[in-house]
Amino acid sequence: METENTAAVQNRPEDPPEKQAFRGEGVSDQDVCDLSVRAGEILLENGAELFRVEDTIRRINRAYGIHSSRDFVLSNGIFLTAGSDDEGYYARVQHIPLSSSHLDRVAAVNQLSREITEGRHTVPEANAILDRIRQMPEKGKWQQILASAAGSGAFCILFSGTFPDMLAAFLSGGILYLLLMFPLHRPMSKIVLNILCGMAVSACSVLFWKLGLGENLSAIIAGSIIPLVPGLAFTIGIRDLSNGDYIAGSVRILDALLTIFSIALGVGITMSVIHALTGGTLLG
Amino acid sequence: MDFLLRCLAECAAAFIGTAAFALLFSVPKKYYFFGGGIGAAGWLTYRLLGLVCGRIIAVFLGTVAVILLSRLLAVREKCPVTEFMVPGLFPLVPGAGIYWTVYELVMENPSAASQRGFESFQDVIAIVLGIIVVFELPQKLFHFAGRKKE
Repeated sequence: METENTAAVQNRPEDPPEKQAFRGEGVSDQDVCDLSVRAGEILLENGAELFRVEDTIRRINRAYGIHSSRDFVLSNGIFLTAGSDDEGYYARVQHIPLSSSHLDRVAAVNQLSREITEGRHTVPEANAILDRIRQMPEKGKWQQILASAAGSGAFCILFSGTFPDMLAAFLSGGILYLLLMFPLHRPMSKIVLNILCGMAVSACSVLFWKLGLGENLSAIIAGSIIPLVPGLAFTIGIRDLSNGDYIAGSVRILDALLTIFSIALGVGITMSVIHALTGGTLLG
Repeated sequence: MDFLLRCLAECAAAFIGTAAFALLFSVPKKYYFFGGGIGAAGWLTYRLLGLVCGRIIAVFLGTVAVILLSRLLAVREKCPVTEFMVPGLFPLVPGAGIYWTVYELVMENPSAASQRGFESFQDVIAIVLGIIVVFELPQKLFHFAGRKKE
């Protein structure tokens, strides 16, 4: 069974023996593996780093007494096998598409795995908690719109904008999320969505600027596109790269770069159109 | 004096902006304040050091400050360091720099594009180094921040 691969090395036998958690009545090895894959799935789809996903899966399996499990995690999939002479055989491939991040769910799963290793939950209890974590509510739409507006205004100041600039960025950042929450809230290609958003945001910014609100157009636009900028994918991608998870890291950074490219393309389209329509006098 | 006022306004903006992003990433509510504080601290470090040393070193040390504070709070609150690090690093991540690079490309200003692109790339390297350096510190160093069990 033992092979000289990294998974075998990572589950070293000299790890300190952890307290054995009680699984509950009639819980099989397969149920335990299902639980750990589900926990890993929630972590991965909500923006956790790769090593955290691997670590959580291993902790849960070991806590419930499965020592033969081997995992392989990519940024969009989890592969888990287990089985030996005295443990049941198990294999699972779980595909996990890239989706939006909810760091509160990451924190909740982290807390759950901590409690499992302390032996405080049986497997059915832990499954029920995972169900609840899955259904943790999104933030209210208006809360998100307000946060987007506030973030845009604040970042406009960081991009050396003035206070009138900040007001303009506040408004267009709010409008951006208003669009995202209502008319654009449907499944569509991420690239198209970001181009559309870039176009809309820059049109709003030019409008406010033309109406006399704000002085520095490029600071206003840069501030108001900030809610679209994939800072999380970027930061987690860098973290993955620095942990040596090159595939996951490059997928995330590619995703982030593509998003920024689409936004900038959208802004560029609006500016070129305005330029062409007004013969270069408006933005002169 | 003017610089101080400006710095103060920017720190307040970094605080609000970081807290707003904490909400957009669905960080638990009780951490908004910490996230905002870390973002403001990182920005302050970056701005003040920008006066005495180059931009790259300032970005590097700003990142170091953000990650150090995030690790301390993660130990204290027993939650993943991600909750603090992602929003806190947002003011330093050159998202806008990369946006400007592509924008200048689209608007056919190659020299401005390469300037922006070059600066963003330097910033990214500084941030990567900052993250790696602080995460290489042993976890033991941060145990003092942990709260005793009641």
